[in-house]
Amino acid sequence: MSLATASSSVDMRATATALIARKRLLTFAVPLAILAYFVYIFFAFDILGLRERARLDNAIALVSDTYSYKTHVERNNRRGEIEVAVEGERKGTYDATNYPSWVTVGEDAATIRLDDGGTIEINGDIVRFEVPGFGLIEATQSRADGVTINLDTSDLPDWISYSNTRLSVTTKAARLSLTKARTEVFVYEFGWELFWFTLESPYYGHSFSEIAFGDRIDPTRSNLAGAWQDFWTNAIWRHGDVAWALFETVLMAFLGTFGAAIIALPLAFLAARNFAPLVAIRMAARRLFDFLRGVDGLIWTILLSRAFGPGPMTGALAILFTDTGSFGKLFSEALENVDSKQIEGVASTGAKPLQRYRFGVIPQIVPVLLSQVLYFLESNTRSATIIGAITGGGIGLLLTQAMITQKDWEEVSYYIILIVLLVMAMDSFSGWLRRKLIKGE
Amino acid sequence: MADLTAASLDVTRAHYMALTRQRRLYGGIMLLVFVLLLAAGFGIANERNAGGFLPGLPHIFDFPADVVAEAWEKRANLPGHLIDALPALIETINIAAVATLTGALGAIILSMLSTHGLAPWPRLIPVFRRMMDLMRAMPEIVIALVLIFILGGGPVPAAIAIAFHTVGALGKLFSEVNENADLKPLEGLASVGATWPQRMLLGLVPQVAPNWFSYALLRFEINIRASAILGFVGAGGIGYELKNAISWGQGKFDEAAAVFILLFLTIVFFDQLSSYVRNRMTYGATK
Repeated sequence: MSLATASSSVDMRATATALIARKRLLTFAVPLAILAYFVYIFFAFDILGLRERARLDNAIALVSDTYSYKTHVERNNRRGEIEVAVEGERKGTYDATNYPSWVTVGEDAATIRLDDGGTIEINGDIVRFEVPGFGLIEATQSRADGVTINLDTSDLPDWISYSNTRLSVTTKAARLSLTKARTEVFVYEFGWELFWFTLESPYYGHSFSEIAFGDRIDPTRSNLAGAWQDFWTNAIWRHGDVAWALFETVLMAFLGTFGAAIIALPLAFLAARNFAPLVAIRMAARRLFDFLRGVDGLIWTILLSRAFGPGPMTGALAILFTDTGSFGKLFSEALENVDSKQIEGVASTGAKPLQRYRFGVIPQIVPVLLSQVLYFLESNTRSATIIGAITGGGIGLLLTQAMITQKDWEEVSYYIILIVLLVMAMDSFSGWLRRKLIKGE
Repeated sequence: MADLTAASLDVTRAHYMALTRQRRLYGGIMLLVFVLLLAAGFGIANERNAGGFLPGLPHIFDFPADVVAEAWEKRANLPGHLIDALPALIETINIAAVATLTGALGAIILSMLSTHGLAPWPRLIPVFRRMMDLMRAMPEIVIALVLIFILGGGPVPAAIAIAFHTVGALGKLFSEVNENADLKPLEGLASVGATWPQRMLLGLVPQVAPNWFSYALLRFEINIRASAILGFVGAGGIGYELKNAISWGQGKFDEAAAVFILLFLTIVFFDQLSSYVRNRMTYGATK
């Protein structure tokens, strides 16, 4: 007896020592392995070269565009016309009736008062830029001499760049660019201009309370209806199209998720060990699920868009195909875990097979299935954004389009905010539904 | 007396049947509304699609058939294409691995900061929770596209984008795991004067590491898919190869086929591996 205890305690001691040695090795080996992997990645991803490739000016443009916009005041030096336009867009061009308060446009002349106290005066071919704390920059352009300025060109600060053909002055409040072809002033202002109404709309420049409670602005329409119409059809921000795109994205996620759940449920019975009539059928169903999942949303999107063309239907089907595989696997696992006692109970009352499934199995698995499906609904909203970017539908498409043009970054930030809000809304909606349906709260 | 019992039984039964009928009616109406919603949804989606569902259906196998036919015709090139695409595949897997590792590390820290009983600053728990919600809600493609614009194409934007999302997604799961951890070891460590990092490392991590690992593995599998997709929008890796081969059209379909095969095999491999390892961890080595 005592001998056996002694030998077993020696055994235990040996195992304990071995275990501790293994633990000790692991505590050092795992962080070291991770570190070594990061070193490998550092070189494989060429992190050092990143600094050269990085375009910081792009980042600055992106960030400053997000919270501000610029208005162009432009004189065509060949024809001598002055134009004031938001972001230089035709759709945002001011006419004589509604110039911004900081600019006065006269006969072939314009005066711009800047926020920092400086002024820019365009007078025919002459430009005078009064920079606070620096002094006056006066420049002229002519076809014969090119661009000339009043400063000593050998000793210019780095925010002025000058050559015979071009002058460029950049301050915090504005940027001036002068060439033989045109005189341009870009004035930066805070906010997203024309977000509510474009300049053509009679409601432009009116406050909310004026529109809601004030006199009728457009005699043909009531204020609220007219304002809504002009907002919805805003040619620059296209609120109507954006709303449709958001709806399409949700639609893709909704159709894909629930369509997949409906198809996967009967198939899952064929793949579950305790329900499948034949091993061969079970194996076939499982391989089908593996295949559907393995092909992945990306490949399904490519294949399906060849047959159905770009659009929300293609995206919905791509989600449907992938998720049928995922749901099939999850559902069949849930089915394998059902309690057989309930089914026997229902069977003992003389229920036929279909009734046994309906009253013995479905009530057991519905909470599990619903919570899986609702969880997928939220994550598929995100997938639908990505798939939309590839197949051409929904908010993902708008986002990629806005990014490819590389100029309307305020729209990009607008879309990003909308996408994040959409996903969060879907998240809380599916969470709410889950609590409501499963816990009955 | 007996009469009374029978009558009350009848009343109860009638009441029960009425309730059942009502429930069935409500259930039926719910189902009908749901089916109508689904049908209407398909109708709208079909209408807004460039090509309709029914006209497209016969052509669903045209493209796969073209790819398979061309790949079969040039089947001698296939092994070469497979080897050519291998570096891109490794890049895709690396993106997913780096993103999962860094994302999991971030998630570990954030989840500790946002779990009651563990957090060093309990007042900030809601702040860290909202932070994770926001990170989770951000689709990878949004960050990837912005970073591609700033950093140029390549694996780094994709890795950062996926890691960012992973922090949010894993952080939520990790903090659920943390909530179930036993706090006694932590109290014991605190009583001997252990600092917060020491308490976490020695008291918490040994309890929850297996669960963390299991979730991280699942996330790794999801991230491989994400990294392949991001490649398609310009972030390098196998998705980029696939895009090039496909947009070339006829003539490079054998390359496309090779990429399809590699991608499929990789996803199936990691899918099976992760479910095998997770099963083993849950049920032990026997099952």
